[in-house]
Amino acid sequence: MLHLVLFIIFGAICVAGAINLIAQKHPLYSALSLVVVMGALAAIYLLLGAEFLAAIQVIVYAGAIMVLFVFVIMLLGAGEEEHTRGSKIALIFGVPGMIVGAVLVVWVLLKSNPLGETIGVGSLYGSGQTIGRLLFGDFLLPFEITSVLILIAIMGAVVLARRES
Amino acid sequence: MPTGNLSNSTFLIVSIVKILIFLFVLLTGVAYTVWLERKVVGHIQNRWGPTRVGPFGLLQPLADGLKFIFKEDLTPPYVHKVLYIAAPMLALATSLIAISLIPVGAVVNVPNVGATPIQITDTNISLLIILGVTSIGVYGIALAGWSSNSKYSMLGALRAASQMVSYEVALGLSLVGVLMLTGSFSLRDIVEHQQGAHWWEFWHWNIFMGGQFVAFFIYIMAAFAETNRVPFDLPEAESELVAGYHTEYSSMKFAMFFMAEYANMVTVACLASILFLGGYSGPVFGPPILQAVLPVVWFLLRVVFFLFLYIWVRGTLPRFRYDQLMAFSWKFLLPLSLANILITALVVALRA
Repeated sequence: MLHLVLFIIFGAICVAGAINLIAQKHPLYSALSLVVVMGALAAIYLLLGAEFLAAIQVIVYAGAIMVLFVFVIMLLGAGEEEHTRGSKIALIFGVPGMIVGAVLVVWVLLKSNPLGETIGVGSLYGSGQTIGRLLFGDFLLPFEITSVLILIAIMGAVVLARRES
Repeated sequence: MPTGNLSNSTFLIVSIVKILIFLFVLLTGVAYTVWLERKVVGHIQNRWGPTRVGPFGLLQPLADGLKFIFKEDLTPPYVHKVLYIAAPMLALATSLIAISLIPVGAVVNVPNVGATPIQITDTNISLLIILGVTSIGVYGIALAGWSSNSKYSMLGALRAASQMVSYEVALGLSLVGVLMLTGSFSLRDIVEHQQGAHWWEFWHWNIFMGGQFVAFFIYIMAAFAETNRVPFDLPEAESELVAGYHTEYSSMKFAMFFMAEYANMVTVACLASILFLGGYSGPVFGPPILQAVLPVVWFLLRVVFFLFLYIWVRGTLPRFRYDQLMAFSWKFLLPLSLANILITALVVALRA
C-alpha cells in the first residue's frame, strides 16, 4: 500500500516536472525541471529495489550531465524565450502519433505481462555486485562496445572544438 | 553487518534522538571550526585571533551567529527571486544530509532500549549517496551565482561549478581502490574491514596495508577543491571577484553558505578518516560507558586533525591560477587515480 502511494507521489512529481520542462519560458528553469524528473526517477528505481541504479542516476544525470546543461545555459546568458503557437504539421501529425505511441507501449506491456502482475517493493535485486557481475559477465561485449562508442564521441567533440590553425 | 536490534517504534524514537544529537553536534562543530580557523590562522600570522568574547574568545561563534541574525536581510532588485532564496537552502541542506551516513562509533548496547550503532543510518550504498548529495550541492552554488544577476557572482559560480565537476572525477576515482579492497559501499563495512585483531594494528588501515596512500593524497587534494578551500578557492577569490557566488547575499542567507562550506569540510574530513585512517578504531577499555564513548573520541580526533590540516594549508599556501587548477585535476590527478585503480585491481586479483 505504502509502495503504491509512494509510486504515485514520485510518478506525479516526474510527470509534473516533465510538463513544467516544456511550459517554462526560461531555459534554466526548464533544465531544473529536468533535474527534478531525474530525481523522481531515481526515487522510483529505489522503490523497485535497484538502489545502485538510483544512486548512479542521481550522480551521473542529476549531478554531472545536468550541471553541464545549467553551466552552458549560464555561460551563454540565454534569456527568456517566446512561446509560439506551434506549427500546424506538428499538431496534425503529433497528436495522432502520440496516441499511436501510447497504444503501442500499452500493447507491448500487456503482451509481455498478460496476467497484469505487479512488481513489489525491492523485488528487483539491484545491488552494486549484481550489476557489476552482469556488466562484466553476460553483457561484457555490449558494455565494451558502448565504451568505444563514447570514446568516438569524445574524439568527435575534440575534432569539432579544435581551432582552425 | 550489525545494525542493532530495535523494534519499529523504538527505532523511530531512537532515530529522531540520534538525528537531533548529530545535527546539534555538527552545527556546534561548524561554529567552532570557524573559531579554530580564526585562532590558528591568527597564530600562523603572528596575531592572537579572537580573544575578547569569553575565555580564549570561545564565545566568538555565538557573537558571530547573533550578528548574522540581526543584520539586515537585503534582497537586491533584479534578482531571480525564487532561485535566489532557494539556492542557500539547497547548499546548506545538501551539506547537512551527508552526516546522516557517517559511522561515528561502534554498535552500543543501551540498557532497556537495545543495540544501536552510533550513526543515524547505514545503507549499502552510503558512499554513493554521499557522492550524489555532494554533486547536487553544486546546484546551490551555481544557482546562487546565476540568480544574483551580478557579474561577480556569475563568474564565481561558473568557476565553482566547473571546478567541482572536474575534481569530482578525481575524487570519485580515488575511492575506487578502497571500494575494491572492501567490496562494499557501506561506510560501516569499510571501517570494520580496516580493524585488525587488536587496536594497535594500525597497519590494517587502507592507507598502509591497503596501499592506498596515493589515493589518500588524491582524495585530500580533490577534497580541498570540492570544498572551495585555499589553495583552490578561486570561486571566492576576494581580490578579483569581491566574494564570488555569494557577493549579493547578506545576513542569514550568507550565513547559510558559510555553514554549508564548513559542514562540507567536516563531511570530507569524516570521509577521509573512515576511508583511509580506520574510522573509529582505537584503544577501547574500561566500563561499558567508556567503551561506547572512546571510539567516538578516536574518530573525532581524526576529524579535528583533518580540519586543522585544512586551516594550516590555508595559512600557508597561496592561491592557484585558474588554468593551473584545471590542468592539475585533468592532467595530473586523473591519470594518477586511474593508475592507482589499475595497480589496486591487479593486487586484489592476484591476492584472490
